[in-house]
Amino acid sequence: MEKYSVYVPRLVTKRENFAPGHRACIGCGEALAVRLACKALGQNIIIANATGCMEIVSSPLPYTSWRVPWIHTLFENAAAVASGIEAGLKVMMKKGRIAQREIKVVAMAGDGGTSDIGLQALSGALERGHDFLYICFDNEAYMNTGIQRSSATPYGAATTTSPAGKVSIGQFSWKKNMPAIAAAHDIPYVATACPSYPFDLMAKVQKGMAIQGPAYVHILSPCPTGWRCAPNLSIKVGRLAVETGMFPLYEVENGKYKLSLDLPKLRPVADYMKLQGRFRHLSEGIIKEIQQRLGKEYARLKEKAS
Amino acid sequence: MVKRVGIEVSLAIGDAVKLANADVIAAYPITPQTHIVEHLAELVANGELDAQYIPVESEHSAMSACLGSSAVGARTFTATAGQGLELMHEVLYVASSMRLPMVMAVANRALSAPLSVWGDQSDVMAVRDTGWIQIFVENGQDAVDNTLCAFRIGEDPRVLLPVMVHLDGFYLSHMIEPVVFPEQSQVDKFLPPYKYPMPLHPDKPVTMGAFAPPIIYSEAKKAQVINLEASKGVILECWQEFGNIFGRHYSPVERYRSEDAKVLLLTLGGFSETAMTTIDKMRGEGKSVGLVRIRLWRPFPFAELRQAVKNAELLIVLDRAISFGGPGGPVCSEVRSALYNEAKKPKIIGFVGGLGGRDITPAGFETIINRGIEVSQKGSDREFEIFGVRE
Amino acid sequence: MTKPEGELTWKDIDIGAIVSEPGNASQYRTGDWRSERPTYDFTKCIKCGICYIFCPEGCIGQNAEGYFEADLFYCKGCGICAHECPTGVITMVAEEQ
Repeated sequence: MEKYSVYVPRLVTKRENFAPGHRACIGCGEALAVRLACKALGQNIIIANATGCMEIVSSPLPYTSWRVPWIHTLFENAAAVASGIEAGLKVMMKKGRIAQREIKVVAMAGDGGTSDIGLQALSGALERGHDFLYICFDNEAYMNTGIQRSSATPYGAATTTSPAGKVSIGQFSWKKNMPAIAAAHDIPYVATACPSYPFDLMAKVQKGMAIQGPAYVHILSPCPTGWRCAPNLSIKVGRLAVETGMFPLYEVENGKYKLSLDLPKLRPVADYMKLQGRFRHLSEGIIKEIQQRLGKEYARLKEKAS
Repeated sequence: MVKRVGIEVSLAIGDAVKLANADVIAAYPITPQTHIVEHLAELVANGELDAQYIPVESEHSAMSACLGSSAVGARTFTATAGQGLELMHEVLYVASSMRLPMVMAVANRALSAPLSVWGDQSDVMAVRDTGWIQIFVENGQDAVDNTLCAFRIGEDPRVLLPVMVHLDGFYLSHMIEPVVFPEQSQVDKFLPPYKYPMPLHPDKPVTMGAFAPPIIYSEAKKAQVINLEASKGVILECWQEFGNIFGRHYSPVERYRSEDAKVLLLTLGGFSETAMTTIDKMRGEGKSVGLVRIRLWRPFPFAELRQAVKNAELLIVLDRAISFGGPGGPVCSEVRSALYNEAKKPKIIGFVGGLGGRDITPAGFETIINRGIEVSQKGSDREFEIFGVRE
Repeated sequence: MTKPEGELTWKDIDIGAIVSEPGNASQYRTGDWRSERPTYDFTKCIKCGICYIFCPEGCIGQNAEGYFEADLFYCKGCGICAHECPTGVITMVAEEQ
């Protein structure tokens, strides 16, 4: 973390490898997360991107927002394409067909492309131990197609395919724990991050890059459009997600959990939820249920990190 | 002094990939191509082939990994069959529209349900529209030769397209056939190193796979159409050169004793050789019959097909797949369509046979030809007949 | 300057529809989207760069005096910078003003 220990934004590279002119919604937390990740990733990378918000807003033919090599193919195969790129580079350097040098393969996908349709490809790539960094940009639903639920949608959140209604509280299952699934593959590095903590995010992406082998970074990406909050609140909402325990920040290095931010007491989750329309319908009872579960989950996490 | 070896065709294909010095192999097992990827695993494990072997977790990921490795400029190979080809269906379109060269051996297999691991052409026919160059092989030597040609054709800077090499599941993949392998030095001369013009590399960043709004999608597709059609010229050039070097000549449409035949049978793939036996027998009895085989399936050889059949009175097409609810045999419907506007063309009768690994003997082919002649004279109340079904 | 998509013929499409001009999306004026724009009282600006770090567009840079200011060609008017600024430099005003 040396470079960022001073925490001065001015020292961060000015270069925008995710160029402005992209078509993300105003106030998009995911665009910010991608921009910050790109600051840490630098030039010597190749990105394999899954279909999703970031892919669509950054690549309408004949334009591209990417100033680094980038390939998009399909929705569920970012990790598989990344595996092919990694293998191709390795063998071509070995055979002397391209110059030997550091080129990091980075896979980028949303929560749908990671924990739902892309889970198989990710699991395969992690198990095979390819040298690549996988970044999941989690806006907690299939946002690009209009806010449908994914397995990363938090319990009780309203989406178009888990709407709140007379006989429904919204999303009926607890958010799938993707970092734990990644960690269960025994990979060297897993981390969670949030753009509201930009230096922590950049440091973790850098750390993931430096790993020899698979690394997985899961970045919460506040979405004003889908979460139904004011666009200028993206950063605040991200902070609250962390402070309420809805999205704790931690790392798992070679199986050892380490909290990035140790919260002595979780903020009441209602503070987080009242800013977002997707939770507007929740009763006191459900919010209490969520609050209790959050307490339990955070205690479990602290236990793992002790 | 050429050395001819007896070798299982699957293993021969693996050896051809070794001669081609492939860089990346994405491997997922499925009957009846598994021996191909197993043999390649052995070659890599013993250091005989210097390649990255990726044992992926599904065929969809196999083809996806191939996209990635081709995009950085690595010579890429994979193999599949039947259900596997179907599972990677959406990825196939991406490989061709993004123009990422690679070679895939397909051991043609029947599609579920019911589950059948045995050979027919339903898997091939389901991927007609995917934009790949597709070549049918008929025997072991053919399989080796065209695997090498496939790399050469696909990677040619004027083509830059993925290529499928189709072989009969079991009837070719598992047969021991006599093969003459080219020398490594000959292959090195015939097959230049692969250089993709704009690979993914930090020195020259490119964006691959941008999305196309309606205003530009048609232009992208026309560019693809023109490119695939133009590849025919390169394919002919490649086969010409191959013939000059190795003495084995391949054409988009192969003909056997067809020049003066009144009745022609049309087949694809390994059954063709069995059909040749029937042609010889019937010719010996004075019947005017001949055989036409399609080798280059995509881009479709319109000119060569029209030329091959124009003097016949009857063309009997044998399909090994069914287009349910449609005209029956996919090959027959394409052949009919290709000949429709010709001033002079034969009558066309379609049969479907050899499904799910059902063999057709020389006697069977004779029955098909005779039945075809009968139907052409008396008509039929069906669009097509399935040969050999127990009623 | 990239031709707009409506003027591209099929011959203009590069291999596999590849885009070989990195970052050419920067030709696109996303500033047309906004309904509010940031206005500045630089007497309060401490040049911390927090607005620059949090801008999803990456369109905030330092002007001649070193104060951080949004490039209105791209600024979508989300207001994150105004919300996060620790000293209250930025006020969002309606675009019509």
